[in-house]
Amino acid sequence: MTEPLLEVKDLVVEYPVKGYRRKPFRALKGVSLDVQPGECVGLVGESGSGKTTLGRAVLGLAPVTGGEVRFKGRDIGHLSRGQRRGLASEIQVVFQDPYSSLNPSLTIEQSLTEPLRVRKVAAVEASKRVRALLDQVGLPTGAAQRLPREFSGGQRQRIAIARALALSPDLIVCDEPVSALDLSTQARVLELFKEIQESTGVAYLFVSHDLAVVRHLSHRVAVMYQGEIVEFGDGDKVTSDPEHPYTQRLLLAAPVADPDRQEQRRADRHRLLAAQTQLEEQTRVA
Amino acid sequence: MTESAIVPLPDAAAEGSAARAHLMRRLLRNGTGLAAIIVLVLVVLGAIFAPLLTHADPNKADLNSLLAPIGPGHPLGADAAGRDVLARLLYGTRFSLAGALLATAIAAFIGVVAGLIAGYYQRWFESIASWAASLLMALPAIVILLAARAVLGPSMWMSMAVFGVLLSPAFYRLVYTAVVGVRNELYVDAARVAGVGDASIIGRHILAVVRAPIIIQAAMVMGISIAIEAGLDFLGLGDSSIPTWGNMLNDAFSKMYQAPVLLIWPSAAIALTSVALVLFANTLRDELERAGSGGRAKVQSTATGTVFGEPAIVHADEPGSAAPILAVHDLVVGYDRPGGEFKQVVNGVSLTVRRGEVHGLIGESGSGKTQTAWSILRLLPEGGRIAAGTIVFDGVDLSTQSEKQLCRIRGRRISYIPQEPMSNLDPSFTIGSQLVEPMVVALGISRAEAKRRALSLLARVGIPSPERTFSSYPHEVSGGMAQRVLIAGAVSCEPDLVIADEPTTALDVTVQAEILDLLRGLQRDLGVSILIVTHNFGVVADLCDRVSVMREGRIVESGPVRELFRDPRHPYTRSLFDAILEDGAARGALAHSSDRHTVKEGAR
Repeated sequence: MTEPLLEVKDLVVEYPVKGYRRKPFRALKGVSLDVQPGECVGLVGESGSGKTTLGRAVLGLAPVTGGEVRFKGRDIGHLSRGQRRGLASEIQVVFQDPYSSLNPSLTIEQSLTEPLRVRKVAAVEASKRVRALLDQVGLPTGAAQRLPREFSGGQRQRIAIARALALSPDLIVCDEPVSALDLSTQARVLELFKEIQESTGVAYLFVSHDLAVVRHLSHRVAVMYQGEIVEFGDGDKVTSDPEHPYTQRLLLAAPVADPDRQEQRRADRHRLLAAQTQLEEQTRVA
Repeated sequence: MTESAIVPLPDAAAEGSAARAHLMRRLLRNGTGLAAIIVLVLVVLGAIFAPLLTHADPNKADLNSLLAPIGPGHPLGADAAGRDVLARLLYGTRFSLAGALLATAIAAFIGVVAGLIAGYYQRWFESIASWAASLLMALPAIVILLAARAVLGPSMWMSMAVFGVLLSPAFYRLVYTAVVGVRNELYVDAARVAGVGDASIIGRHILAVVRAPIIIQAAMVMGISIAIEAGLDFLGLGDSSIPTWGNMLNDAFSKMYQAPVLLIWPSAAIALTSVALVLFANTLRDELERAGSGGRAKVQSTATGTVFGEPAIVHADEPGSAAPILAVHDLVVGYDRPGGEFKQVVNGVSLTVRRGEVHGLIGESGSGKTQTAWSILRLLPEGGRIAAGTIVFDGVDLSTQSEKQLCRIRGRRISYIPQEPMSNLDPSFTIGSQLVEPMVVALGISRAEAKRRALSLLARVGIPSPERTFSSYPHEVSGGMAQRVLIAGAVSCEPDLVIADEPTTALDVTVQAEILDLLRGLQRDLGVSILIVTHNFGVVADLCDRVSVMREGRIVESGPVRELFRDPRHPYTRSLFDAILEDGAARGALAHSSDRHTVKEGAR
């Protein structure tokens, strides 16, 4: 087995709470995870589970209190702002909200060339790269001179993907990149993620609240609950036959688009909840 | 339609600079703005071209023309020392403006730089800077200026510089607030991840946002500086060797009884300039705000709506369905745009909800499903109206009812469950009072009775401790609990129809499942009809009896849920079903990835 691209070990993230001598809020309680080169690891959980915080810690946007984040064997959990900047060409990001992730007053070309300018890429070279990137994400070249507000949510997300690809990174942290999109747009953007991974070999840490989305794209899936990873393993297994009680609840809670099978799933869910409650009571008694 | 087709916009590329040019043009078209700009331009030109406009020396005293009246030698007369008033006024403009500019520049420089640093980095610098700003604001400016004069001597430049420092909190506060607002925008995070340096981020992404407010604030501060500068000179605390408006005022004041007209010129200059600056700032702010809200003075167009698009595919109902409680026919809804244009968002929707049925209205964003729901409640946002069609609720056409008649229906017979539970509860009232009040008004029952009912409703919607929730404020409960409270509110007045607008979209999937269970149970117990707006086919499959699929303001297909899900006939409906990921194949393992499977022990 090769060395993992990203390795997170016993990661703890705490946010200070306002007020004198208040205990800090612990968003991650010792999380371990690894991502192989070219792999997509799905990170699924509900709001407040810490999945976004884990993504932000990898990006250097959340404070690492304990544990380590290793990228290509090097600890990147405690870098200075300057050292962190050097990692820009290796770790990139696509955020959830396609509306606030692009500066409304900059043209698409200005947004896309920003990471290139920092690397001192010549202007001619940069605009050639922008055309190639737009082509790669399926947007016409004419898009370069336009402002974000002229694009729909799906198109903006394509632009955000193009920006992440600009420096040809090895890892892209995707923070709920399709959650704000319509169903059919979502399917197409997911296809784009897959295509790009197959053609460039980039790895994804794919954060989402939607088990179906994660299943579609991920080789392996980690499930987060209250700041911990409760289950981590093969994508198909975790999303269809999970072992942890929480993952089981999560799986059965998502309604399926078939009235008869949904009725079945609802009954299964009620049975599971009853069984889990009973088990809990037994352990309490014992 | 594919999402990669760009909506063609006229003159799209030049729109950024056009918007700015547009703002300037609107400023000039605004009467007040134009007047203020003309005054300011004249004042500045007067100061620049002073030597061309008068040949007299502003400081040369002439004993022959003491208090000379207006005449050929002295266009505005001469003052008590025989100096030419016009020359003093024009040259005084130079000094007064320069002094005010100095104060403004110093205030803006300190305030903007400190605001940017404090807002962007926060931490200790923010604590110190905010403390210093509060201290400066608490200091009485005039006392400080008097002290500064005593120590530093009577120099106008010095006192204006000190005044600039005293005014810097005005800029600091403004910039700080704006920066804190944008620093958490995702595009700033994205720039950081892209390796962009802090200076570059501040210059490119943050300064652009605070530019306009800084200009407005600068104009205000400049007006204040001119007045303060004149005030200091008038009190005799300035440097009397240079001609300023304040010094002129001081001189004229001492000869008020011999030559009262001398007071007019400096007073007029001070007043006009200050007022022009403040009006300029106000107009600029108004025009910027208007640009944000899109056009002024909405023209009510009389355009009637047109029904267009293909007719819906309707699957046959099962025999023996109940009578309709709500029948919408050819509904057209749109918004009046400035210039009399009518933007149609619902293009002829026909929809029937039967008694005791749960009807799903499904569509993607922009399909008009929420607009349809709002028109049934007649709660369209500003500018929106029903242009054609009928909405017959239990035999009454809601589209023609007066607002007063509607008030008797809304909340009592038709109620509403919103998408965002938190923003639909008033944070300053307890949950209990927000449940009791509508019941007292709508049902005419006593408060005690309403409270008893509210508590039993809270228990019914599955809230574990109704008493405690009753007396808590909205921020003290979770999103799922808040949605339960709103559902309790929606059924509290025993309505015939509940309109639920994406009631589970903002919730986690496990909470969504609980809320769907709750809605199903309530519907069964109360026999109420529900029109549920959603984009999730799973929700429809779980809850609905019948469903209508919307696209671009039209219903393309409708029918009983089982029928439509088994045999979707419209290509659009089929494409939506195809996009559903559930039960799709998993990606499978990566060739060389590890196959360890770990499960956390001990956690529930």
